[in-house]
Amino acid sequence: MTDIPFDQAGAVDAVAPPRRDIGIQRRYRAERRFRLYGLIAIGIGIFFLAALLFTVVRGGYTAFWQTSINLAVSFDPDVIDADGKRDSDPNVLATANYPLLARNALATKLGIDVDAEGNRAELRLLSGMISQGVRTQLRDMVLADPSIIGTTQNVWVLAAADVDSAHKGQIDLSVPESRRKVKDKQVGWMKTLTADGTMIERFNRGLFTFGASSRPETAGMGVALIGSLYMMLIVLVLALPIGVAASIYLEEFAPKNRWTDLIEVNINNLAAVPSIVFGLLGLAVFVNFAGLPRSASLVGGLVLTLMTLPTIIIATRAALKAVPPSIRSGALGIGASRMQTVFHHVLPLAAPGILTGTIIGLAQALGETAPLLLIGMVAFVADYPATPLDPATALPVQIYMWANEAERAFVERTSGAIIILLLFLAAMNLAAILLRRRFERRW
Amino acid sequence: MKRYVLTASVAALALAATAGFASVRDQIQIAGSSTVLPYAKIVAENFSEAYSNFKTPVVESGGSSGGLKEFCKGVGENTIDIANSSRPIKESEVKACADAGVTDIQEVRIGYDGIVFATDINGPDWALTAQDIYKALAAQVVVDGKLVDNKVAKWNEVNSALPDWDIAAYIPGEKHGTREVFEEKLMTEGCKASGALEAIKATGTDDKAAAAACIAVRKDGKAVDIDGDYTETLARIDSNKTGVGVFGLAFYENNADKLKVATVEGVSPSVETIAKGEYPVSRPLFFYVKKAHLDVVPGLKEYVNFFLSDDMVGPESPLAEYGLVSAPDAERDEQRSAFESGKTL
Repeated sequence: MTDIPFDQAGAVDAVAPPRRDIGIQRRYRAERRFRLYGLIAIGIGIFFLAALLFTVVRGGYTAFWQTSINLAVSFDPDVIDADGKRDSDPNVLATANYPLLARNALATKLGIDVDAEGNRAELRLLSGMISQGVRTQLRDMVLADPSIIGTTQNVWVLAAADVDSAHKGQIDLSVPESRRKVKDKQVGWMKTLTADGTMIERFNRGLFTFGASSRPETAGMGVALIGSLYMMLIVLVLALPIGVAASIYLEEFAPKNRWTDLIEVNINNLAAVPSIVFGLLGLAVFVNFAGLPRSASLVGGLVLTLMTLPTIIIATRAALKAVPPSIRSGALGIGASRMQTVFHHVLPLAAPGILTGTIIGLAQALGETAPLLLIGMVAFVADYPATPLDPATALPVQIYMWANEAERAFVERTSGAIIILLLFLAAMNLAAILLRRRFERRW
Repeated sequence: MKRYVLTASVAALALAATAGFASVRDQIQIAGSSTVLPYAKIVAENFSEAYSNFKTPVVESGGSSGGLKEFCKGVGENTIDIANSSRPIKESEVKACADAGVTDIQEVRIGYDGIVFATDINGPDWALTAQDIYKALAAQVVVDGKLVDNKVAKWNEVNSALPDWDIAAYIPGEKHGTREVFEEKLMTEGCKASGALEAIKATGTDDKAAAAACIAVRKDGKAVDIDGDYTETLARIDSNKTGVGVFGLAFYENNADKLKVATVEGVSPSVETIAKGEYPVSRPLFFYVKKAHLDVVPGLKEYVNFFLSDDMVGPESPLAEYGLVSAPDAERDEQRSAFESGKTL
């Protein structure tokens, strides 16, 4: 349309040239509209991201603080070892009634007579203030140093989950007493203890170190962190070499024929297969056929390796393709073998792309629960796994398990766990960006 | 260098695989019902505190049917030891177990669970009967002696004592053991009480088809199947203040500051009324133990005995505090002696 033949243009040369409508206003408008659409799209994305982060952080930041009580616990030999047999029988110290020590300490603090008649109901409420986790806490103290028996020690003990929730204002205290787990008397004690600084919220280290627990206050992500770490290591150690080797062969050595086309289509397909399918495969192959133990992070790692492989292969092939052919020709031209060409020249140049793809694949694997469900990793695991063969869980699994709990205190922990998982994912993606920035080559 | 990584990883894998075959599992593995899961977790945790020489058992979720399916995969180290279930094992499952070599199964009844209807805490009081529930939620109801599709839109249309709320009921999905209790104790009973069963039979359908018609729930969106856990039901009630949800008693008791519970047939659900048998909607909870594993997996026998002790399932136990309804004294004794004597199904 704008292509006007030369002789015509020459013919109208004498008179003033007519204004041709080249639609410039229309095209500017179209461009402005397009930019607006783009801004709206980004705005929607940012809005939802902000909404997600806001709800998660608002619901979860309190999980990083845990209500604790500072007690002067007297390690009374009459309670721990009434018969004086601790030297001959090591079980005495392991099975002593440690919660009683903590309860007595709290009673002393609040001026309640533990020996008085008719105080039983009150004492039960008092016991309910303190986490049952105090049993292991005090036991470990005594086992580590038996000489503290008979002395009085200042100990920070965790408050029970309901007291914790009430202290953080998550339990509606305006409903009638019979409808809530925290009773009026306990609320009164809480106020007394808070007023004199005995009950404060401290940083919740247990969230990172404890294993799974049915009591919210002693539930943590320790086992899940270790399980995820094992699985990531297994995925890295297996998927990276296998994926890179497969891509190098396919990209640099394999002949281009119908077979390699078929393999390529299949790899692209596998990348889109729902992850639960890999879980079914893992159950059939690794657990039922190979006889590997259920719930073990080794099996989880193998399943996630299968899931991550296509992602790594696709990313690696793209990175290899992006290396200019001139590099290969140059290397071959000065007499390098094809293998030397690949390992000395092509692979180092493709490394940033490969690493980025691997890290993104790992981040994807870190967030998966579905394939772990069938191999028994969606489970309550309280003990730390010593090896990848021991039962373990994973970070997203812990989130899922906590989301299904009935106790109020698990609500904030669920969001807290999501924050931790998001931080891990952000860190991994940041690493991918930094690696790319650091090593990227431009031609 | 790449070559070394590859060789090392293959070697590591081979080593791990052989180690897997050689080691004897020293941790009890449990799977099954999400209703029993919280109880099993509490027992597992207390078990490891009481017996420091054993590891804490691993408890998987996955539903009664899923757990029993895993349980019936066979005998051996990589099969589970215990299946938790919120319903008795079925004949077909016993057969599947036997086919896979799991012949000696010990059944343990741990106590009872109540199923409650609850609404938002700020709503009016509810008094439901099985008949109301059937009339509101059945797929077909009897009008003037004829069977027609259920068109009831508000609760006060089925019973004028109920509030003027649109019907929105969140009931357990079909994979839940709870659904069976809901069908058996409420839909079937309501079907009989409202005379619908007679009317269905009068149309010439046989007993079996009539029973199936009784438990058919309307599919027009007024009764919503919840396939997740009770937390999802609670979230639905939070967003729809005029919704009615079905919960386990334990879950309700942990969230009594948000929920108001309905009476069923005039009885308010509580540990006491369920233990006495007054509250109609309750069911026993079970777990199943592989006898062949008892002497192999360390701590399994101790775990079951510990579970059955009054310290765990008695009326003053942590499980009762969480919401389990303890079985009467005689029944608990019976369960203990049955397990001790090695009685199998």
